[in-house]
Amino acid sequence: MNVSISINGAKVSREIEPRQLLVHFIRETPDLTGTHWGCDTSNCGACVVQMDGEPVKSCTILAAMCEGHEIRTVESLEVDGRLDPVQMGFHERHALQCGFCTPGMLMTARALLDENPDPTDVEIRTAISGAICRCTGYVNIVSAVRWAAEYEAAARLEA
Amino acid sequence: MQTPASFEYERATSVEGAIASLQRLGFGARIIAGGHSLLPMMKLRLANPEHLIDINDLKELSYIREEGDEIAIGALTRHVDLLKSDLLAERFPLFRDAENVIADPVVRNRGTIGGSLCQADAAEDLSAVCSAVKAHVVIRGTGGERVVGMEDFHIGPYTTAVGEGEMLTEIRLSLRPGGGSAHEKVERRAGDWAIAAASAAVWIEDGRIADVGVALSAVGPTTIHLSRAEELLRGKAPSEELFAQAGEIAAADCSPSADGRGPIDYKRHLAGVLTTRALLRAAARALPQEARS
Repeated sequence: MNVSISINGAKVSREIEPRQLLVHFIRETPDLTGTHWGCDTSNCGACVVQMDGEPVKSCTILAAMCEGHEIRTVESLEVDGRLDPVQMGFHERHALQCGFCTPGMLMTARALLDENPDPTDVEIRTAISGAICRCTGYVNIVSAVRWAAEYEAAARLEA
Repeated sequence: MQTPASFEYERATSVEGAIASLQRLGFGARIIAGGHSLLPMMKLRLANPEHLIDINDLKELSYIREEGDEIAIGALTRHVDLLKSDLLAERFPLFRDAENVIADPVVRNRGTIGGSLCQADAAEDLSAVCSAVKAHVVIRGTGGERVVGMEDFHIGPYTTAVGEGEMLTEIRLSLRPGGGSAHEKVERRAGDWAIAAASAAVWIEDGRIADVGVALSAVGPTTIHLSRAEELLRGKAPSEELFAQAGEIAAADCSPSADGRGPIDYKRHLAGVLTTRALLRAAARALPQEARS
């Protein structure tokens, strides 16, 4: 079947089998291998992308179900060489080691801050509770999301 | 790589259209909504539908609203919407108790109440929640609608009263005075299935339990309705001692199996403790309601 999905604002059309999962549809698109394919069982959160602004696990959604929806992947965060504040926060607070969970963490964190610009540490931990990191122990990830929230609050104040 | 076996896919544009497709395609067709139970089952070849009918476009099945003396919930209502609903939190607070601990927030963006109930997994929380509050579900087919009580909805593990060519469209909750409810769950980590969970609802009139519903998750082949505990409680004044007795019945009447989540005696003990706790919280929530009415 032919499926057209808007990914990061660009329409991607391809002939696929109905059983193709969104994560593979994305990763088989040139220059879109940032979304990671991890546990395959909707447990680890490495494959999280945004669907119409909400974080979803792309290993447990059929690509065919996404036609007509806006998909946003980790590649959309950086614009013209400028990192998104959540990416800056991960850099500042050393919130990754191997980096495998990072794309899912970033997209989950971005969605959290879009909905709740000033989350508590508990709210951050709840938001990322569906994402597994085996390197950091989560402390630096929570700190990074906090950093991004404060950076964005300061930017809003300046504006 | 885990990928489902091949199937045909179609997107429903109306409830009638989805039912017509189910009728036409017969036994090999399945509805897909959030897909967070069905797709993992398909990856493991535990489910092998030949056709999937995607109902995610049927926004008319996504709602939580008060209708007369009932709350009606559309089958496509997602966990995140159940969690955020102030109407449900006020009238049936066990929904928010449960939704805070169902899967994780990202999964809750997709999974639906209809899918949860139709999956009929004994470890799933909403089946116990809906049993405790004595929900009714609306099942629609080409011949029209029928309404089934939760006690008749689950007819076995992973098996429901939804027949061939039919789909679940709505969940209905009766609004009765003096009601209170709570859901208690213990899990190993965020997003895991329950080791055990207990749902309780009580309706208190003149200081006595006029009606009560208690159900357990994850400690038997199906959701367990604790009818013996309900009989004990009905007509009595709520007390810690009474609820402890109900907990003892829960521990005796469940039938857990030993697995990585714990041995049988531990799960029985947990089911009892959680039943007592859920009843205590349900009654504490019901008493101010009764005072108001």
